[in-house]
Amino acid sequence: MKSPLPLRTGRPGSVDVVIVGAGHAGLAMSRFLSHNSIDHVVLERGEIANSWRHERWDSLRLLTPNWLSRLPGYKYSGADPDGFMSAQQVVGFIDTYATLIGAPVRTGTKVLSVAAADDGGFRVITDRSSWRCRCVVIASGAHNAPVPSLATSLPSAIQTLTPKEYRNPQRLDERGVLVVGASATGLQLAEEIQRPGRQVSLAVGEHVRMPRMYRGMDIQWWLDAIGVLDERYDTVDDIVRARRVPSPQLLGTSERRTLDINALLEQGVDVVGRLVAVHDGKAQFSGSLRNHCAMADLKLARLLDRIDLWIEWDRARVANGASERYAATRVADNPRLSLDLSRSNIGTVIWATGFRPDYGWLHVPALDRKGLLRHDGGIVSVPGLYTLGLNFMRRRKSSFIHGIEDDVHDLGMHLASFLRSEVYQSLRSAS
Amino acid sequence: MNATATKVDNGVNVEHLLAARQALTDAPEAAQFKWRATCNWVKGTHSRSTLKSFFGLGAEQTHKAEFSFDADHPEVFASEDQGVTPVEYVLVGLASCLTAGIAAVAQNRGIQLRSVKATVEAGMDLQGILGIDADVRNGFNGIKVVFDINADASKDDIAALVAQSQRRSAVFDIVTNPTNVAVEVR
Repeated sequence: MKSPLPLRTGRPGSVDVVIVGAGHAGLAMSRFLSHNSIDHVVLERGEIANSWRHERWDSLRLLTPNWLSRLPGYKYSGADPDGFMSAQQVVGFIDTYATLIGAPVRTGTKVLSVAAADDGGFRVITDRSSWRCRCVVIASGAHNAPVPSLATSLPSAIQTLTPKEYRNPQRLDERGVLVVGASATGLQLAEEIQRPGRQVSLAVGEHVRMPRMYRGMDIQWWLDAIGVLDERYDTVDDIVRARRVPSPQLLGTSERRTLDINALLEQGVDVVGRLVAVHDGKAQFSGSLRNHCAMADLKLARLLDRIDLWIEWDRARVANGASERYAATRVADNPRLSLDLSRSNIGTVIWATGFRPDYGWLHVPALDRKGLLRHDGGIVSVPGLYTLGLNFMRRRKSSFIHGIEDDVHDLGMHLASFLRSEVYQSLRSAS
Repeated sequence: MNATATKVDNGVNVEHLLAARQALTDAPEAAQFKWRATCNWVKGTHSRSTLKSFFGLGAEQTHKAEFSFDADHPEVFASEDQGVTPVEYVLVGLASCLTAGIAAVAQNRGIQLRSVKATVEAGMDLQGILGIDADVRNGFNGIKVVFDINADASKDDIAALVAQSQRRSAVFDIVTNPTNVAVEVR
C-alpha cells in the first residue's frame, strides 16, 4: 500500500508536477496548472527564456508578426502589431509573462536525471536539488544542433558553426561560407553573410517557399485564417515527415519583403543541391536541386490556391489584392555538383540543418530507436510524462509561441485527469 | 486524399505497400535488402548478366524466373551490338523506377492514369572514357527525362506526382548522390 502524494503541499522536494524548462511552453503550462490548483515547479537550467538570451544570432527576428505573439492570458500590446520581435524582445515578452503569472520558476537548476520512482511517479535530480513528482512536462525545447556526421570529413582549416553559435558576419573570417540547409535560418544567414568580396554557397534540400505578404496580408495571417496552423497531427498523411519539414523561408523585416531562393540568386549567392558528401576536400552536392525547387514551387501554388478559394467563399471578410502567382524558382541548367573547398577559399561551414531535443537525462523507456520521444500528440508513452513545443506535436503551430495555448489546454486537461485518477486510486487502496 | 482510391485502378496494390511500410517501420531489420546480379563476359564488349535471387524480409528471395540481359557496344565502336550499352541500362533503371513510382503515387492519391511515357536522354562526352581530356568525367554530363502523362488530374497535380516519384525513387537517388563502390578480385 502506498500513501498518496497530497495534491497541494508546501513541502520542498515533493510536488505533483515538475516542468522542465522556463520558456514560453513551460510557463504556459505553469499557468494552466496554477489555475487548476495543481502544485508544481518549473526547473530552468539557465534563466527564463534562456535560449532566446544566449543562443540566437544578432539579427534574428521572429517569423511571426507581433499581433500573433500570444500566450494563454497574455498577448502583445505594443505599438507595432505588424512588426517582428528581436530575440531580446522575445526575452522581454516571456519574462513579463513569467512575472505576470507568478510562475514558480527555479532558475539555474539543471535537470540531470528523470527516472521512475520506486513507489510510482518520478524522481527528478538536478544539479542542486531532487524532486519527487507524479508528472513531468518536458518543455525544454530542442537545444541540440547536431552536426551531420559528414562534417568530420571537412578539412581542418574550415571553421564549422551551428546557428546557436553564429552571431554576425563580422565575426567570420574573410573567406567564403557554405551554408547548409534552406530553412528560414539557412536563407537568412546566407543573405546576411553574402556581400561583395565574400561568396556564400547555399546547399538546398527540401524546403518550404512562402511569400511574406499575399493579397495584402501577412502570410501568417492567411495560415491562421484558413486553418493551416490548426491542422492536427492525427489528420495528416505522414506525420513523421511533416514533423521534419524545415521552417518556411520567411524573414521578419519592416519592409515585409519576401526572402526566397530567387532573391538570393539575384544577390549573387551560389545555390547548390543538398550536401551529400565531403571527399578529398571537395563538397559534393546532390543532383536533385531541380526537383527540390519544383516541389517547393508546387506546394506554394497549392497553398495560394487554398487561400484564393477561401477568399472566394468568404469574400465579405477580406477585400485584398488580386490573386498572384510567383515566378518559378530558377535553377541553372547544370548546377554545380561539387565545390573544392580550399580552391574556392571556403573558410566556414554553417549547419542550418535543424535542431533536435537532447534526452540524455531522461532515464525512462520513452525513446524510440532514433532517440526521439514516443508520444501521441505530446502524451508520452510513459504515463504521467508529457512534452510540449515540438514540431507539429499536436498541431502545425505547436512549435510556435502562439501555438502553445491549444496544446497546453489539451495536455493540461489530460494531466489533471491523470492526477485525479492517481489520487482516487491511492485513496481507494488506502481505505 | 485516399477517398477516391477505390475507384482508381493503376494496377498498384497500395494497401499492400502501406501495410509493408508499417511492418518495416516496426521491424527495421526486415527492411534490409540486398540486390544481386551476375555478369559473365561473352566476347569482346559483349557480356550477359543474369539475375534471380535477392535478399529481403529477413530471408533469401527469388524472382519468378531468371532474367538475362545482354550488354554490348554498337557497331560505330567496332563492336557487334549484341545488346544495349551499360550506360543505357542506367537509363532503363531511372525511367522504369520513376514510372513505377508515378503509378504508385497516383494510386495513393486517387489519380487514374491512362498513359505514362518517359523519354530519357543523357549526354556524354567520350573524351572522358577515352582519356583524351582529364577534365571530362566518364559518366553522363546530365540526364533529361521528359514525361508525357495522360491522367484524370490537373497539370499541377501531375507535376506533383512526378516530383514525389523522384523524391521516393531509388535510382534517382543512386544517380544524383554519391555511393561507395567496393570492387574486389577473388
